[in-house]
This record gives sequence, C-alpha cells and structure tokens, in this order.
Amino acid sequence: MRNCDIVIIGGGPAGLAAAIAAYDNGVKNILILEREERTGGILNQCIHNGFGLTRFKESLSGPEYAARFIEEAKKRNIETLVGTTVLSLSKDKTITAINSTDGVFTVKAKAVVLAMGCRERSRGALNIAGTRPAGIYSAGTAQKYVNIKGYLLGKEVVILGSGDIGLIMARRMTLEGAKVHAVCEIMPYSSGLKRNIVQCLDDFGIPLYLNHTITRIDGDNRVSGVEISRVDENKKPIAGTQKYFHCDTVLFSVGLIPENELTKGADIPLSPRTRGAVVYQNRETLIGGIFACGNVLQVHDLVDFVSEEAEIAGRGAADYVLCGSGEKSPIDTTNGRNVSYVLPQKIDKNVAGDVKLFFRVSNTFRNCTVKAVSGEKTLATRKKKIAAPGEMETLTLGSNVVESVSEPITVLLEEEN
Amino acid sequence: MYDCIVIGGGVVGGTILRELAKYKLHTIMLEKQSDVCMGQSRANSGIVHAGYDALCGTNKAKFNVAGNKMMKEYCAELGVKYRNNGSLVVAFSDEEKSALKELKSRGEKNGVDGLKVIGIKELKKMEPNISEKAVGALFAPTGGIVCPYELTIAAIGNAMDNGAELLTDFDVVRIEKRGETFDIFSKDGREVKGKMLINCAGLGGGKIAALAGDDSVRVMPRKGEYILLDRESGNFVSHTLFFAPTKLGKGVLVSQTVDNNILVGPTAVECDGTDTTADGLKYIMEKSREMCPNLPLYNTITSFAGVRAFCDRHDFIIEESAKVGNLINCVGIESPGLTSAPAIAKYVAEEIICKRLLPEKNEKFNPVRKPDYFFKNLSAKDKNVLIKRNPSYGKIVCRCEQITEGEIIRAIKENPPARSVDAVKRRTRSGMGRCQGGFCQPQVAEILARELGVLFEDVTKSGIGSELVTEKIK
Amino acid sequence: MKEKRSLTCVECPIGCSIEVEVENGVAVSVKGNSCPRGKLYAENEVVCPKRVLTSTVRAKSGEMIPVKTSAPVKKTELMNIMKEIKAVHPELPLKIGDILVKDISDGANLVVSG
Repeated sequence: MRNCDIVIIGGGPAGLAAAIAAYDNGVKNILILEREERTGGILNQCIHNGFGLTRFKESLSGPEYAARFIEEAKKRNIETLVGTTVLSLSKDKTITAINSTDGVFTVKAKAVVLAMGCRERSRGALNIAGTRPAGIYSAGTAQKYVNIKGYLLGKEVVILGSGDIGLIMARRMTLEGAKVHAVCEIMPYSSGLKRNIVQCLDDFGIPLYLNHTITRIDGDNRVSGVEISRVDENKKPIAGTQKYFHCDTVLFSVGLIPENELTKGADIPLSPRTRGAVVYQNRETLIGGIFACGNVLQVHDLVDFVSEEAEIAGRGAADYVLCGSGEKSPIDTTNGRNVSYVLPQKIDKNVAGDVKLFFRVSNTFRNCTVKAVSGEKTLATRKKKIAAPGEMETLTLGSNVVESVSEPITVLLEEEN
Repeated sequence: MYDCIVIGGGVVGGTILRELAKYKLHTIMLEKQSDVCMGQSRANSGIVHAGYDALCGTNKAKFNVAGNKMMKEYCAELGVKYRNNGSLVVAFSDEEKSALKELKSRGEKNGVDGLKVIGIKELKKMEPNISEKAVGALFAPTGGIVCPYELTIAAIGNAMDNGAELLTDFDVVRIEKRGETFDIFSKDGREVKGKMLINCAGLGGGKIAALAGDDSVRVMPRKGEYILLDRESGNFVSHTLFFAPTKLGKGVLVSQTVDNNILVGPTAVECDGTDTTADGLKYIMEKSREMCPNLPLYNTITSFAGVRAFCDRHDFIIEESAKVGNLINCVGIESPGLTSAPAIAKYVAEEIICKRLLPEKNEKFNPVRKPDYFFKNLSAKDKNVLIKRNPSYGKIVCRCEQITEGEIIRAIKENPPARSVDAVKRRTRSGMGRCQGGFCQPQVAEILARELGVLFEDVTKSGIGSELVTEKIK
Repeated sequence: MKEKRSLTCVECPIGCSIEVEVENGVAVSVKGNSCPRGKLYAENEVVCPKRVLTSTVRAKSGEMIPVKTSAPVKKTELMNIMKEIKAVHPELPLKIGDILVKDISDGANLVVSG
C-alpha cells in the first residue's frame, strides 16, 4: 500500500484546480487519479467557446481552459495516474484503484478530494414510451462521438431538454450538416444559459418548444420519428396536442447527476437537494479529511465556479494535512422561499474568513431580491433584475457577519410587490 | 448433413443445443437475428418459478418443477448467476388468502417442496417494505432468480465449445422435406440440410412449422413491459413478490434480480412489438406501488418490453409433429419456460432425439463454462493475476458496472461471439448500469471495430440497420 | 425613422436583455447592458451580427483537433467556413494558437483551440 498526503479522485477541471491549490498551500505529496487516458475531463470534448470569462477575462474553448490547468499541474510536477479507475473509497481514506500497469492497488491518504464530476440522466430514467432503436443518445455522448471521434450521428434530429449541452449540440450538429427540427423543454423555461438560446438556436432558426416533452419514440433498427406533446402545469402530456417529427436521431439533455457512488460507498452523508455531499465552507464533507468539489458536489453551469470551488477544497485539504482538524462550531444553512438549495450546507464558525454561499432559485423571477437571513437578522442581500434556475447565484457573508451568527442561515428570494 | 438443426437461439433452443452436445451428433443452430437471445429470452422476468401456478398434469407443471430442481447445478456448471431467493405470492384480502391455500395444494400435487402459507407478521419480517394492506402470503422457498440472457448465451456458448455450430442472420424462408431429411433455406440464400428439425422459434414457431408442412401450430404474442431500478435500491425487496394469479397470468411482480437491480412488471397485452407504452408503464408503477408503496421508482434506469409466445393449447407443445415426421415442435413456451428449459432440453434430447438417432455419448463433453468475468467479483489477488497476463483487464470501460476491456474483448471472441454493442452488453453488462451506456458506448464501439476489423461506421447497436453513426465528418 | 430592437447579449453568461434604437441601420442608443462589451455587441449586432466559429478539423493522422476563428466572423459566413475547413488536414504535432488557415474570413484566422 502506498501513502500519500492528498489523493484527488478525478483529473477534470475540479481535480486539477484542487491539486494546484493544495500544492500552493504547502502540500507537495499529491496524487491525481484519472480514469480517462488524459486529464481535462469533460472539457476535452467541449470545443465551443465561452469558458473562463470570469477567471481569465477571455473566451476560451473547453480544451484551452483545461490546458491552462494541465500546464500549471505539470509545472508543479503533481503526480497523475491516467487510465486509472477508483473502485472504492473507505472512510479511513483508503482508496482502491485499478489500471493496466499497476493492477489493483490501494493508496492510503491523509486527505482525499472527491472530484468525479457528474453523469447525464439517460432516456431510460424518464420512462418515455416507445422502442429502443439506434439513434438515441444523451447530448454529452453525442458530443463525444462528434467532437472526439469525428462522426456524425444522424441527419434529422430532435432534442429533448434545453440544458446547455443540448443547446450546444443543436448548433454543433447543425454546423456539421444535420437538420435539428426541434428542441423540446418540459419546463416553461430553458435550463440553459440565455446566450446559448440566442447563439445556438435563434442563430440557426431552431425552434424551442417550451412546456413540451417527447411522448413516444418510434423505429425498429434506427429511430424513425418522435411524437411530442404539450404538457400541463403538472408536466403531464395533454391529449390532442401531439406533433410528429420524422427523424433519425434523438438527443437527451435532461439533467446531470453528480457521480457519488464512491461517496456513498464511504458512507459520506449526501444532500438530497444537490445529490452531492453535505459540506462545510472549506468543502470538507461530514467525514473529516474528505473534501468534495466541482460537479460531484453540485452541478455547475460555469467552469469558472468549478475552479473556484475546487481551489477552496484544495486549500481545505492542504490545511487538514498540515494542521489537522480543529473543533467545529457549525451553523446550518437552508433554502428558504423560492430557493432550491444552498451550498455549503454547514458553516464552521471556527474557521476565519468570508463565506460565499452558492444557491439556485426555483423558478424564473424578475426584479427580485435574494437574501441570506439568520433569525431576525438579514446577513446579505442583493437585488436582481432577473434570476433563473439555470444560473447559479451567490451571496457573500463577511467574516464578521459569520462570527455574529447564532441561528441557522436561510437563503431566500423575495419578489417585488 | 447435420443430425439436428435447432431453429431459434432462445433459452429453449440453447439448452437443447447444449444437451445434444453431450452426444456424438452433428448439430447446428439457426438464428434469424444478428445475435442469439434476441426474442423472449432477452426480456422476461428472470424468475425460476417454484411450480405451483401450472395446472396439475400439464407440461408446464411437469417441466417447471423438474427445471426448478435442475437450475442450481445447471447454472453452476455454466458460470451463470443464480439465486434461490424464494417467492412470495402476496394476498391482499381474506378471499385472496384462501386462494393461496388452493395454490399451495396445487403446488404440492405438482411436486413443489416446502410451500407454506404465512401470516402478515412473518411476511413483514421477510419483506419489511411490503404494503400495510397485505394480509399474508404463500411462501415458496424453492423459487429463485436467474439472468435469462446470461443463461441462454452460456448454454449456447457451452454447446459451441463442445462442437455445436451457430449461424446468425439466418432468416428461414423455405423448408423442403426430401425423404427423411430437411433442406432449409435462408433469405440471403444460404442452405442447411439435416435429419431432425427442432423448432424452437418462439414467436416464429407457427411459421417454421408451417414452412416444414405442419400448419396446425398457432402461436400468438403477448407483450410485457418492465421497469428496472438502479442497484442502489437493490435491497428494497429480497424475495420475488407476486400478486395472487389471475386469468391473464401472474401479473405484475416486484423482484430483486441476480445483478441486484429491482425489476417490476410485466404488463400482459396480447399484441406484438417490443415498444413500451405510456399506459403500460403507468400501470406497472401503480401496481408495484400497491405491493410496496415506497418503491423507489425515482431510481428507474430503464424500461423495456418483451414478447411471450403462447399457443392456443395454453400449454407447452413439446412433441414430434403429427403431420411431419422428424419435426420436433417446442413451441408455446411462455412462462414458466425459462425455469423449464433445462428439463425440456433433457426430455427432447433423451426421450425424442436419442430414441430416434441412437447416438453415442460424447465422452469429451465438458459441461463447464468458466467466465473470468464478472471480473468485479474476483479477489484483488485474482484480478492482479489476470491483469498481469492480460493488461486489458486493468482498464475499466463501463464505470457503472465496473466492466473491463478484457471482458469485452473476451465476449467478442468467445462463443457465441458478440458482434454488436447490445450483444456485448448482454454478455458483459457493459452499458447495463445507471448511465445506460452514456459513457462506455463509444469505447465499446471502438473495441468492437478494432477486434472485428470493421470500420467504426459499421459498428451496430444490434445488427444491420442499427449503425451507431452515419458517417465520418471531414 | 427610429426602430427599437430587443437583443440578448451573448458576450457572457449573464445574458443581459438589451434595448437598441436603430436609425438608418445604425444603433443610436443602447440600454440594458451591464458592461461596455454589451454595448459593442449590440451596436455590431444591429449592423452585422458576428460570431466566433468553433469546430474541429481532422488531422492527417486521423485525430480530431478543436479549432476556432481567432475573431468573430459574419454569421452569414458560418456555413461557408464549415465547408472550407472540411479540407483542412494538418500534420501533428500542433499546439494551441497555431494558425491553420490565415484570414479564413473577415481577417480572422482559423486557429488550433485544444
């Protein structure tokens, strides 16, 4: 068995940023375990631009954004094992992994950073009626086939779900010569970024059907068509509203699920709201010394936020290795009115510094105020012209504010009367 | 000239093929689809029934009870997962509870061991998640579960390892009987000659019999839809839970599978097709919630449908055709066909074929099939031995089910060879997990292209016409 | 004659809703933007919409290489550029920023982006 100060599970944007931050905070014995043959994670297939506007003040492609972190990790000689899949993680921070050269091996770490990312919800999870022919892909899988493998999946396409990957793939397939007939969204609003509606759909005249879902997929060997229907306020299809599209390809962009199988295996408590671990502001889970960041913790829409969160986790892990963990004085955070979740779920008052709360609102609101309150006290507040579930919101609590809090913190959104 | 031609690569054809391999017989299987196990053996409940359902004196009763008794050893020989989890027929009223007694006495007459009617207290202890409305159950300790495609593929693979042959994509369009022999032609112009014709064509059983000259066999389809839940919920129930049977069959069941998923279904609608319907899925959800109100249906990973072929006699037909000599019809093998298959195969081989052809025993027959998968169940030490010998076992391709490249390559090379993504999936479980192939499919396709020496564009999901990609860009 | 147009800015994830007043084909007032980039975007959008094109080229050895235009190009030219880059098959190794096609459109180069 090998010993390491910090093991980072996953070499995507989160894992890389966590590793670099941990290194820069004084821990040099770091090991990144990456299941793919190269680091960079899902960014490698995200060839579109728009990454890094916050962090680098320029619009990068996914691989360009990843390259900056890969370069930094290389400069620091951080050890990375690629083609290596972690099979299990235990509470005592022992990791069992496998690859072709070392076989099955175990690593004992002083601290662990979970950065496994997320997976796409599949067609199967939706119980959509019909056949199961070729031509049905989740949008990310389609992206891999087109961008990495270099193959076109079909010529006539219908997309269910207006998440960002679905929108990006609508444009990508169009540019490569396919006709995208429709993007259907079961909600009354798109979960994707507004700019992606403009530059991926509107630019190419692709219709977006809000309040619509696919109600049947046809085809024997290959998809031959789909039936879509309008849905009512309970998301149930309304009879008589069917529309039919002949197509050979259906893409699903219907949500991302944090990949927390290893987390569950180590009995690390998860939040039912984020489907990721419950964490303190330093991204430490409720198992001391195990940290989590990136899409395995909460599904992000901007990689800039992933990097920011991963750096917090990396610093936290380094602190844990160098200083151990002190007594905690936790305050819970919860989601109040019109907010679907808040992260971190716990704030340790014994840790100094500002705390940035990340949260999502539960619907689209105009002219509203987001607030963090504790008992009778308002801790932070911000007016918003528009707030939508697709875009992560933040509120920062100053360290003096955190110190003064004695009751749970609730984050809520107030609509203007 | 073959001694025996088995038409149909399902569990009945497969177990017969294997049984015949125990003799010095020149045997071949003809399968219409691109892979074996593409009909009803692919999509059913995977239950090893105890044998209390079938009416006394029927073929169903006889072969079910016999098959149930054979299954454990049969699966052990073939390296197929089997679990004797026990079945419960759950009663929701006193009326249903008294019907259980009837079921029990029928089962006992059929030769089922250990049947016991239990009260709500004991039922609750066995299945804590059962509905509060349940009043009792019939417990059948001999009930079990098996993976239907794993069993079918293993039986065919083992038969092939022992000399049997297989032709896929062999869609029979014409059968000529010349004297004592059959001449069988496929749509694509191939021809196979043989002495005995064993019709295990499932839904196509009536058509095959008719092509051979016997138009008396009527086979009809009954569709059943299912929902499969993530392994995460795999311990929600441990036994197979049935409602009290009705005229239409055993109804919707809730069961663990051998791979630790939860399976709920099926519906029973007399029609063809493997498409699911909104109504069917809704019905399954409602019925399964009647059984277990807190069933975690939000953990659904897929839904699918299968077709059962039943015949108008409502019993298995396992006999030589009265009209065409040497044509052995094994048709109408609906539930409990999977359980019965090993017993049916033994009967067909020993009581029909052997008595006709008087073959010698095949002394070299090796009943054992040793899959080194499922890799994930091996000890770390055994895994490392395998990885050292073959590094491809160190590369996880399917992360959800932890399936390695080595297992996938083996599935492509071993009998019966996998040639499509779905064929690999049925043999290795790659793509069976919670992401449903989202991550591993492109990689599986690449391995298939490389190992089969075909273009990536020609790799299919499930045979010609189901290519994964349409063209290379640029 | 003044014409009002509503736009969604695509410059950053905020996606500001912008109101533009157009006179004689030129923006005379821009409202709703929260940064100077938004103003510029709106001014250009009403005259000649431009986008950065991102795509891939297939290297001689077969790998797919991410590429983009080094500056926004006319939206109407996107499909033509896609056609042109089909014929680009560079040799490896390549690094980010390498120019594959000079002035592929509007003075923008086609550059390696991954």
